[in-house]
Amino acid sequence: MSNLDAAFSALADPTRRAILARLAKGEATVTELAAPFEVTQPAISQHLRVLEEAGLIARRVDGTKRPRRLVKAGIDAMDQWLAIFRKALERDYDRLDEVLASMEPDKKERKRDEQDDA
Amino acid sequence: MSKMTLKTEGDTHVVVTRRFAAPPEALYRAHTEPELIRKWLLGPEGWTMPVCISDARPGGKIRYEWTNSKGGGFHLTGEYRELEPYGRIVHVERMHLPNPTPDNHVETRFDPDGGGTLMTMRMTLPDAQTRAGMLASNMEHGMEASYVRLEGMI
Repeated sequence: MSNLDAAFSALADPTRRAILARLAKGEATVTELAAPFEVTQPAISQHLRVLEEAGLIARRVDGTKRPRRLVKAGIDAMDQWLAIFRKALERDYDRLDEVLASMEPDKKERKRDEQDDA
Repeated sequence: MSKMTLKTEGDTHVVVTRRFAAPPEALYRAHTEPELIRKWLLGPEGWTMPVCISDARPGGKIRYEWTNSKGGGFHLTGEYRELEPYGRIVHVERMHLPNPTPDNHVETRFDPDGGGTLMTMRMTLPDAQTRAGMLASNMEHGMEASYVRLEGMI
């Protein structure tokens, strides 16, 4: 459970989510990961450390490079985004059911009015 | 009860289907008339939509602003592309968090289904990364409410 907490605090930051989204496409070096952001490389390294401690990413040794990749938990975290999206949509559509139900009487009234006019 | 389906398709699409016990005309109106939209398009509990602009004609502007009691807020802007009453809406939208996200192209269809309607919403994002970001940005909105649910899920 504590790892889950760490994963969710890690995911609470937009830069870290963007890093995960990038890693979802494949392994990347720190330089590659830092490229899209207007932050320093040390700042990116700090984000990577948080993600690593949360068990979302792992590093590999490749000469002088330390490319990062997503680990299973990271992929699962992405799936959870889909689950959260699903929940938000389901809630919206449950509310929409109520809105639609409340629209029906109006429509009947309108039809009745039209008949009255005729 | 599992009336809704949500799936990713290829690298760039998200497809949602849902059945409703109302005719396509009612669905179309609830998706295009501001006074109806703001009653349901709210996401997690605790959010309201104080600003809802929906100019339902080709090229017409969309602007939804959400807020919660804790002073949180964000907005979405977009434009209508095609409107075929009461069967089909094509629009483009982007979230401002506060920087705008890449455009999400959304086609929403309302097909008669028995006495009700089958809605099919197909979102197209520019690339896989943007799609992941779109799903993630929703998390920002829904996170608080979702913590508890997720812990239950795992």
